[in-house]
Amino acid sequence: MAMQLPDPEQLLNQLAAALKPRLRGNTALVGIHSGGVWVAQKLRQQLGATLPLGTLDISFYRDDFSSVGLHPQVRPSDMPFAVDDAHIILIDDVLHTGRTIRAAMNELFDYGRPAAIDLVVLIDRGGRELPIAADLVGTRLDLTPNQNIQVTLDPNNNLKLSLHER
Amino acid sequence: MTPNPQLSDSGALRHLLTIEGLSAKLIHSILDTAESFVSVGEREVKKVPLLRGKSIFNLFFEPSTRTRTTFEIAAKRLSADVVNLNVSASSQSKGETLLDTVDNLSAMGADMFVVRHAQSGAAHFIARHVAPHIHVVNAGDGRHAHPTQGLLDMFTIRRYKQDFTKLRVAVVGDVMHSRVARSEIHALTTLGVPEVRVIAPRTLLPTGVEALGVQVYNDMTQGLKDVDVVMMLRLQNERMSGPFLPSAQEYFKYYGLTADKLQLAKPDAIVMHPGPMNRGVEIDSSVADGGQAVILPQVTYGIAVRMAVMSMLAGT
Repeated sequence: MAMQLPDPEQLLNQLAAALKPRLRGNTALVGIHSGGVWVAQKLRQQLGATLPLGTLDISFYRDDFSSVGLHPQVRPSDMPFAVDDAHIILIDDVLHTGRTIRAAMNELFDYGRPAAIDLVVLIDRGGRELPIAADLVGTRLDLTPNQNIQVTLDPNNNLKLSLHER
Repeated sequence: MTPNPQLSDSGALRHLLTIEGLSAKLIHSILDTAESFVSVGEREVKKVPLLRGKSIFNLFFEPSTRTRTTFEIAAKRLSADVVNLNVSASSQSKGETLLDTVDNLSAMGADMFVVRHAQSGAAHFIARHVAPHIHVVNAGDGRHAHPTQGLLDMFTIRRYKQDFTKLRVAVVGDVMHSRVARSEIHALTTLGVPEVRVIAPRTLLPTGVEALGVQVYNDMTQGLKDVDVVMMLRLQNERMSGPFLPSAQEYFKYYGLTADKLQLAKPDAIVMHPGPMNRGVEIDSSVADGGQAVILPQVTYGIAVRMAVMSMLAGT
């Protein structure tokens, strides 16, 4: 039986509303490539275009480099604000093992020492392998290890969810 | 056709020995990866943990400052442990063979060798010999190749000129003795530069250079006309006497890049040089220090390009 997937644009609206009271004077958004950057850009549209927005490609910080090698398409990370003493809202599309978040935090600290980091994800699919939890979650999905949820951007710039069996 | 010894069965880069035989796609993927490492170099902490625990041996059988230093910085920014060996001053003078040196360093746990040698083919020789998990980077072998220099030159051109397929590029100077020229020419033609010129006196051109897909000029005023990129070559001191050239002064008069000659190129042309420069021999100071020179950015980009190469090799 096919699982009913939520509407990602609706999840974004809920996340933006929940994020609003958390914003401070020193808040900056940071999206993790690729899906996290899309989510961060869309949240920023709703929260205010003056919020600084950074992007992280965690390829240089992955813990599986020695077994899988370098990701073939690394994009530059971009942090157009001072990370020192910033309140960072770290954003990803799907939270799974937690390894991406660990790598992203390691990379962030090479830019400076943030005052605080909140983690915001569109989907928490379970299956954590590290002690990492999100502060705000769009929705939780209970997926088996063989299932893979993918977030893509359609030609109209809307987020789409799809579920794949491995 | 014999398989390319640089590539694994799946086509990934195992060693970097020469640009010859690399696809445009692979070259672009190296340049793309280097792009990400440029942003690492602009951060507070310029290090990433990719090669933590790996040992990289810089094996320099020939003196070099810039190349060895940028390889060392690149390896350190990848968190590797780097050992610099100036071999001409040690074992070799005691009579140890090249492969014995390599075997001993392998026994010390080397994961990668960066090799500079006066003998063409030295890096290939080592690459054929080492265990499968060890990677070799050619940092210049005789007159043959200097692939990371060629790649950093391509990176620099792409940064300033974007599209290779619309460019006219001139390589100027001692093409015959230059491994840099050979690597540049292979890279430029592979990336689809429609017009690659070489400008040199006949005595400094290898016979049959046209076979590399270049147009030959013996005259700067014709050769520089309307080019987008001027790639100068170093005139090595030892060539300034003997049968190749009458004198450094005369060479400068005919083949030195001066502001006047540069005016023949396009107004937005960039000037490159692999270093070390002989001011007043192949290039005039007013050009070397002028607004069109991108010689120091080449050095900076060299670090990012070498980081890209080493991380791609180590992940194969």
